[in-house]
Amino acid sequence: MNKRSSLVTPLWLKTLLIGTALAYVALVLLLPLASIFVEAFRKGVSTYIEALQDPDALSAIKLTGLVAVIAVPVNMVFGIVMAWAITKHDFRGKGLLIALIDLPFSVSPVVSGLVFVLLFGANGWFGAWLQEHDVQIIFAVPGIVLATIFVTFPFVARQLIPLMTAQGRSAEEAALTLGANGWQTFWHVTLPDIRWALLYGVLLCNARAMGEFGAVSVVSGHIRGKTNTMPLHIEVLYNDYNFAAAFAVASLLAGLALVTLGLKSLLEWQHGDDLKAHGH
Amino acid sequence: MAKRSALPGFGLTVGLTLFWVSLIVIIPLSAVFIRSFGSGWEHFVSAGFSDRAIAAYRVTFGAAALATLINAIFGLLVAWVLVRFQFPGRRLVSAAVDLPFALPTAVAGIALTAIYASNGWVGSWLEPLGVKIAYHPQGIVVALVFIGLPFIVRSIEPVLGDLDRSYEEAAASLGATRLQIFRRVVFPEIAPALVAGCAMAFARGVGEYGSVIFIAGNMPKISEIAPLLIVTSLEQYDYAGASAIAVVMLVASFSILATVSFLQAQAERRHGL
Repeated sequence: MNKRSSLVTPLWLKTLLIGTALAYVALVLLLPLASIFVEAFRKGVSTYIEALQDPDALSAIKLTGLVAVIAVPVNMVFGIVMAWAITKHDFRGKGLLIALIDLPFSVSPVVSGLVFVLLFGANGWFGAWLQEHDVQIIFAVPGIVLATIFVTFPFVARQLIPLMTAQGRSAEEAALTLGANGWQTFWHVTLPDIRWALLYGVLLCNARAMGEFGAVSVVSGHIRGKTNTMPLHIEVLYNDYNFAAAFAVASLLAGLALVTLGLKSLLEWQHGDDLKAHGH
Repeated sequence: MAKRSALPGFGLTVGLTLFWVSLIVIIPLSAVFIRSFGSGWEHFVSAGFSDRAIAAYRVTFGAAALATLINAIFGLLVAWVLVRFQFPGRRLVSAAVDLPFALPTAVAGIALTAIYASNGWVGSWLEPLGVKIAYHPQGIVVALVFIGLPFIVRSIEPVLGDLDRSYEEAAASLGATRLQIFRRVVFPEIAPALVAGCAMAFARGVGEYGSVIFIAGNMPKISEIAPLLIVTSLEQYDYAGASAIAVVMLVASFSILATVSFLQAQAERRHGL
């Protein structure tokens, strides 16, 4: 009797706990999400469409796309390379290397931008040399791409390393014994085993690349129509008290976040076993 | 030493990894440390520990600590409900928890400001009660609560899910009450994950910029966060000053994360073997 009573949660307590949790999630997460779309359409659909057709908005959308198209594949390729090096080979200092790969996650976005200003800005280490050769990195697109690569650096590798460690090396070793070369082994043995985890990492990497604000803000210089990405354009509109337009652009990024979450949940649901390192 | 791996690509992949990590992570981050001391120790101290900087650290770390505390309680509750109960919409709530990972911080910032301003959905309710959130230090806490929640829920969930229920059954059969079972049996098991999640949320909160600057009001010494002070110094071309504040923040967040991973390794050793 006693055993039952303290193990089974009574209905009133269960209702209270679920109710409180749902209220918290609604207040903290869902209310802000809903407000983006409500504010975006507050002044009507025509204002919404107008805000998105503004040349500065269009150029911000294009720049955000461009940055993601460069930064995401670069991090995908190097993420695979780093995961292969760490999980398929033995060498000293591996723990330190993994910590270094994870490091950008624990650095403030503002500091992530600052480091590139210190290197390539007008008063930076390479500033004078760059000026002599007429190369502009800071307050230009290359700086934005670099800062984005830095903040999204760990996503792919961090997703792959635990999985590839758990999968071990025997499948690859068998392929090599059967006469496959290194590329064939990677392409036909390793890649099919890690594809869903890779997609998962790329998905999160892309969401962050398109949404990054702090790091990009420091290196961009906020030149309208030229070096403003979508998040920076939102800030400019907001500071001009053009709230409807700011929320209109924000609603596009919120839509991207919803698509990302949807795909992420789908991946977890359909391929959960292929994403995480099971076994021991 | 262990035998050399039979798999190819050692030179290529390890070489590329070291090259890439050096280029993107090590060299840029060491630039901050070198530049911060570049104008001498005195300038480092005067910029990194000026009255305004110390006030900014207090605001930043204080708000992050308070937000983490709030999320520790409610994040544990959300994780508990998601793991232990079945209810309609459970999967949707679980997906929603990750929203702060996917929603750009600037978007979160303007949305939260709109809600908590005096004419907003929540702000207009709080205004008659004399509670102000947007453009006050309280706003920073609200933003950091949003940013930190998934870190805590996602670190508790797997541990809670893997927990062996037989300990709870044993405790119950020995006559423990529900609260005793939670405090003495369940909580010690999930505490390391809770601490790890809190540390990640705290470290992330301390560095957060995008969501905070819209809602904070950014009054020097009152609601100005340290990352904003870095941006302000940078706009005045004070590279050494900006770097000094950055170094203080980097050292703080690295020490928090190092302490936590040390504590976790110890807890694992105690439990695992």
